[in-house]
Amino acid sequence: MQLLTPALGLIFWTFLAFAIVFLILKKFAWKPILAALKERETGIADAIASAEKVKAEIASLKSENEALLTKAREERAILIKEAKEQSDKMIADAKEKAKAEYDRIVADAQAAIAQQKNAALTEVKNQVGALVIEVSEKILRRELANKAEQESYINQLAEVVKLN
Amino acid sequence: MVYNIFLPETSFFTLHLPIFAENLETGMSLRNVKSLLIAAFSLVIVFFCIPAIAQHEVADSAATEVHAGTEHHEAKEGDFEPGKVIMEHIMDNHDFHIADVNGHPISLPLPIIVYSPQKGISVFMSSKFEHGHASYQGYKLEEGVIKAVNEDGSIDETTKVYDFSLTRNVTQMFLSLIVLVVLLLGVAKKYQQQGAKVAPSGFQNAVEPVIIFIRDEVGKSNLGHKYEKYMPYLLTVFFFILIGNIFGLIPGSANVTGNIAFTTVLGVISFVVIILSTNKHFWAHVFNFPGVPVPVKIILLFVELLGIFTKPFALIIRLFANMVAGHMIITCLVMMIFIFAKLSIGAGIGFAPVSMAFTVFIYVIEVLVAFIQAFIFTNLTAVFIAQAFEGEHEHAEAHH
Repeated sequence: MQLLTPALGLIFWTFLAFAIVFLILKKFAWKPILAALKERETGIADAIASAEKVKAEIASLKSENEALLTKAREERAILIKEAKEQSDKMIADAKEKAKAEYDRIVADAQAAIAQQKNAALTEVKNQVGALVIEVSEKILRRELANKAEQESYINQLAEVVKLN
Repeated sequence: MVYNIFLPETSFFTLHLPIFAENLETGMSLRNVKSLLIAAFSLVIVFFCIPAIAQHEVADSAATEVHAGTEHHEAKEGDFEPGKVIMEHIMDNHDFHIADVNGHPISLPLPIIVYSPQKGISVFMSSKFEHGHASYQGYKLEEGVIKAVNEDGSIDETTKVYDFSLTRNVTQMFLSLIVLVVLLLGVAKKYQQQGAKVAPSGFQNAVEPVIIFIRDEVGKSNLGHKYEKYMPYLLTVFFFILIGNIFGLIPGSANVTGNIAFTTVLGVISFVVIILSTNKHFWAHVFNFPGVPVPVKIILLFVELLGIFTKPFALIIRLFANMVAGHMIITCLVMMIFIFAKLSIGAGIGFAPVSMAFTVFIYVIEVLVAFIQAFIFTNLTAVFIAQAFEGEHEHAEAHH
């Protein structure tokens, strides 16, 4: 029966020990341990939540980037096209201008040539006139001195003129 | 005499099974694996009932033989009484008995603190009693109980003796609790120093999952949002029982958690906690059971009132019986070697390996039981507390 009857001393000491251990552990062990565990758990939960948030943000950023990129590509294509058109136009313009200039230069040159030619012709005409006058003068002077000679000379001159 | 000592033990074997069956039934948060382990354990116990009962007969015949043989030269030398040895192991003692050499006990004396209204407080070492052979300061040790004696040495039954001695169980409990407190304070210090962000290391790693398990599986799952208030109590009860169980498994140590006084204190404390957690709804439920006619209400009043007391009582008996049974099985198995050796030395030597194999097996199971019983006590306390303040589930659970 002693097995089933609780002893007073052991009851007393067990109760005392439990009370002391409970108070010590409550204050110095369970409180910090449970607090630390809770802190860690909330920390982990927060970290996961913020990671999710960042992930969503990154995803939205990525789609935004993609949209921006396609837009940029389109713009580039347009720019290139425009640039090409402009350059073609510029080349065409330049060609046209060059042609006009050439035409103008050619026309000027032709006008100058024609002018020079006229001038040269006028000079030749003048010289021929002067020569005729000089020859006529010489002829007139010889004629006055000898009739026969005058005649032969005239012939001679005529021959020269013919030859010319 | 030997037979009488053995008789309660047989009843413990039978008592053992329904207790485990109940655990299985209650199995709120016991996972399948655990249920399986308990079932396996129960099966093992059934197996052990057979050799154990068979052993009683052998023990009886052996004991009577021994008695017959040693009748004339009294209990002087080698009077082998396995029942007495087993009970000595299970029970509390005023000294730490280690072994007997040539009939002389080798033991560690422990302090005796006795109070009686007539004589006041007396404090001395238990060695003064000379193992019950001598009286000291008017006290004598009779069958493990301190009794007041008269001048002539006869026992004085009129004097009331209050024994507050630091017995084997008390000293071992103190030792184990010092170890527990030192270990847990070390762990707590680590948490405070490292903060919550650092991964646990060392012993912290061993304790943390247990604490989290108690908090989540016992606290949160039973008590809901109110769990934080009860966590210090539940954790203390769990580790208090666990360290007691583990220290009890050290060979030669005392059986603290298998002592009815120890479990009574824990049961009474959980009873107080349960009663303090009750709400109006709970008492309304007890005194005025809703939805039944008046005569049934009167019957249910007694049932419910009885239920309030049976809950902690079940806690007390369950832990006590489980731990006592475990210690008994192991000591019985070891004793069997000596019982066989009494018949013939050859039988003893031949049986030793068999006995050792069984002992090792039971020992391993006892390690498991140490944890399971601590968990069950804590979990059931949490369940009862939850019943006390929830009310709604009270009816469904109370009749389990």
